[in-house]
Amino acid sequence: MEETLLLMKGISKSFPGVQALKSVDFDLRKGEVHALVGENGAGKSTLMKVLSGLYRADGGEIWLKGKKLTSRGIKAMIDAGVSIIYQELNLMRHLSVAENIFIGREPMRPGGLIDWSRMYADVRKLLEPFNVDLNPKTKIYMLSPAYQQVVEIAKALSLKSEILVMDEPTAPLTGNEVGKLFEIIRNLKNSGVSIIYISHRLEEIPQVADRVSILRDGEKILTRPLAELTTSEIIKHMVGRTLTEQYPKVPIPLGEEVLRVESLAKRGYCSDVSFSVRSGEIVGFTGLVGAGRTEIMQTIYGRLKKDAGRVYIEGREAHIRNTRDAVRKGIGLIPEERKRQGLVLGLSVLDNAALTILDRESLLGFLKQKKLKGLVGRMVEVMEIKTPAVRQLVKYLSGGNQQKVILAKWFLRNCKVYIFDEPTRGIDVGAKVEIYRLMQDLAKEGAGIIMVSSELPEVLNMSDRIEVVFGGRIVKEFRREEADSEKVMEYALGLHESESPQKLQGVGAES
Amino acid sequence: MKTRFVETLKNYGIILAFFLICLVLAILSPVFLTLNNIINIIRQTSIYGIMAVGMTFVILTGGIDLSVGSVLAVSGAICAGMLKAGSPIILVILVTLGVGVACGLATGLFVTKARITPFVVTLGMMSIARGLALIYTKGYPISGFSQSFRQIGGGYLAGIPIPIILFLVIVIIAYVILTQTKLGRYTYAIGGNEETVRLSGINSDFYKTLVYVISGFTAAFSALILTSRLNSAEPVAGNGYELDVIAAVVIGGASLNGGRGSVWGTFIGALLIGVINNGMNLLGISPYFQQVVKGLIIIGAVWLDQLRGKEE
Repeated sequence: MEETLLLMKGISKSFPGVQALKSVDFDLRKGEVHALVGENGAGKSTLMKVLSGLYRADGGEIWLKGKKLTSRGIKAMIDAGVSIIYQELNLMRHLSVAENIFIGREPMRPGGLIDWSRMYADVRKLLEPFNVDLNPKTKIYMLSPAYQQVVEIAKALSLKSEILVMDEPTAPLTGNEVGKLFEIIRNLKNSGVSIIYISHRLEEIPQVADRVSILRDGEKILTRPLAELTTSEIIKHMVGRTLTEQYPKVPIPLGEEVLRVESLAKRGYCSDVSFSVRSGEIVGFTGLVGAGRTEIMQTIYGRLKKDAGRVYIEGREAHIRNTRDAVRKGIGLIPEERKRQGLVLGLSVLDNAALTILDRESLLGFLKQKKLKGLVGRMVEVMEIKTPAVRQLVKYLSGGNQQKVILAKWFLRNCKVYIFDEPTRGIDVGAKVEIYRLMQDLAKEGAGIIMVSSELPEVLNMSDRIEVVFGGRIVKEFRREEADSEKVMEYALGLHESESPQKLQGVGAES
Repeated sequence: MKTRFVETLKNYGIILAFFLICLVLAILSPVFLTLNNIINIIRQTSIYGIMAVGMTFVILTGGIDLSVGSVLAVSGAICAGMLKAGSPIILVILVTLGVGVACGLATGLFVTKARITPFVVTLGMMSIARGLALIYTKGYPISGFSQSFRQIGGGYLAGIPIPIILFLVIVIIAYVILTQTKLGRYTYAIGGNEETVRLSGINSDFYKTLVYVISGFTAAFSALILTSRLNSAEPVAGNGYELDVIAAVVIGGASLNGGRGSVWGTFIGALLIGVINNGMNLLGISPYFQQVVKGLIIIGAVWLDQLRGKEE
């Protein structure tokens, strides 16, 4: 049981301007779940990319089952039984579950034709232990993130992987989906698969992991059984300091209503959505993944075309037909998917942050370059964005700093209403606190804030009011002091709906 | 900074290749390095070089414009027709440029409003514009223009051929637009991530349409020079130019996925193509074989670009 399966010794790796890994040791035993934690930029992803063969380490050795690995390409690592399930899932959206699992290894009939019936049968057998209702013929884009993850895991297992790396696997999941995933992980473990588990959700780690390794600034701080550490000790080692407060909520006097939404509807996404936000207020929107929170926000923002309803800003009706109208009327959206919707990765911090104010800071189309550089430079300082220069490309920044660049982009625009969609997803503890502070700074200056979030503690602690969304509608509004996690969860699960709850998408939803 | 180092290496890579080819040609052909030949190369380069500048905008947004050769033909034909009818030169120039702009606008609207991929729209426009040129000219060249019009392509200013001056002016204007203006920033940003641009409240469709208008404009601009220089407009003019034009942009370091590239890169890329064309002529390589070489160069340039992408 104590057999060491994988040993990484003295792994070093540097990038332009950063030493990402400094002689890191890491080991994985057979049949264990080994959690890997650290703030963003601590080197977790880099270490795993070295393991996957995507990056070539500058120094160090990798030993698998007592043998030193000589060739380390991606293919060599897959052959050696290492599979990585990335945060951004790597499935082909327009192919079916079965096609994704067996891509490149399709069972063949004599004559070179694909043996579909065998392929589907194999997939069904593969999915059996997961106890999910998943049709092998379903196209990936029709599945919730939870189901997609099951497909990724099944694919890894079909590759006879002995080592599975899971990068933030619970990030897109909600409540009982997480429980279901942990059950799957325990089953995998019992069947002898070893798992490296990366997560920012520290409270979940003791539930799944046997040991934990903590990275900070590219160095390994410690590796220890979880039984010997408390969560606050882990946090202390991660950030190198004691975190005074995880949710720095400060009282902010509420002003006039800045946003009112009346009977908003978008067929297939949301209906009869009415709520308001006052100046200085943070309104939390929570619910299960797929409940329609993001779609409500995108409809308000003009990204989706509304079928009915009115939006008022500072008491005046705002006709929003597209995103440009929304921004002109004073709404800013910090989207859920940072890289796909919030950033232009190949451009600099300066170009990204200035994107919303180019029209304001230009004369006859010519940019006021000095002024823009000054404005963004000051933002970088105030928000403590860690970047060597404003000309640095954002793709080289860590997740937390990328999120800050998106915030900077909207702060510069001076909106009346800010919609934060999952503002702290995949962001480390230290940066989370900073994001909350910045959010409240905006509220203090009189903006209204909408915070869409799946993380209940965040919603409960940071919001002044909480709207619970289920089936595309707001089913309950809580004042801050009335809400607790159980009550909110009951409504989020639709338990208080008179009509029979619609079938939810996602693992474990049927329980 | 390694990133900056890689950037410079990329730019120097082209310049290095450029000088290497020049060196080889200078050794192989005594004519190559004569002033006459050099001026000749740049003057020939200016025709598709100007179009390549427009194409740079399109490719930076992640699009492509296959119709430039045909747009050149139809603009040139209408230009020639109007001149023959005795219209004043200023009006002819404006209408010619207007034809290019109109073609670009049509392309841009189909790309942004009908959401058809640029490849298909411009492939269609390539055929439409060519057809219009043939219809307008009834298939025959229109030739013989006034001395003043022929100055555009054949004249000199301070001893420098006017097409070269126009080419340089257009390169500089494009450089200023791409680095100093809103349009320039948006062009790069759209190529980098259009969804982000749209969610930032920017009318990305407008700017995307605009780049096709720019490409149409530069095609018509080249039509003026070519028509003037040849003293004739042929309905088959510009056939296959899209190959040289796209090659110039790609050799210049622009990524076909958008978001990366520069007008100076395109400038060098265009000169490189010009030198290769000229060199092959000087060395007496058959035009049929030249086609093969050019095709290989395009594939090679994109391949190199992908190798560079992997390094990052």
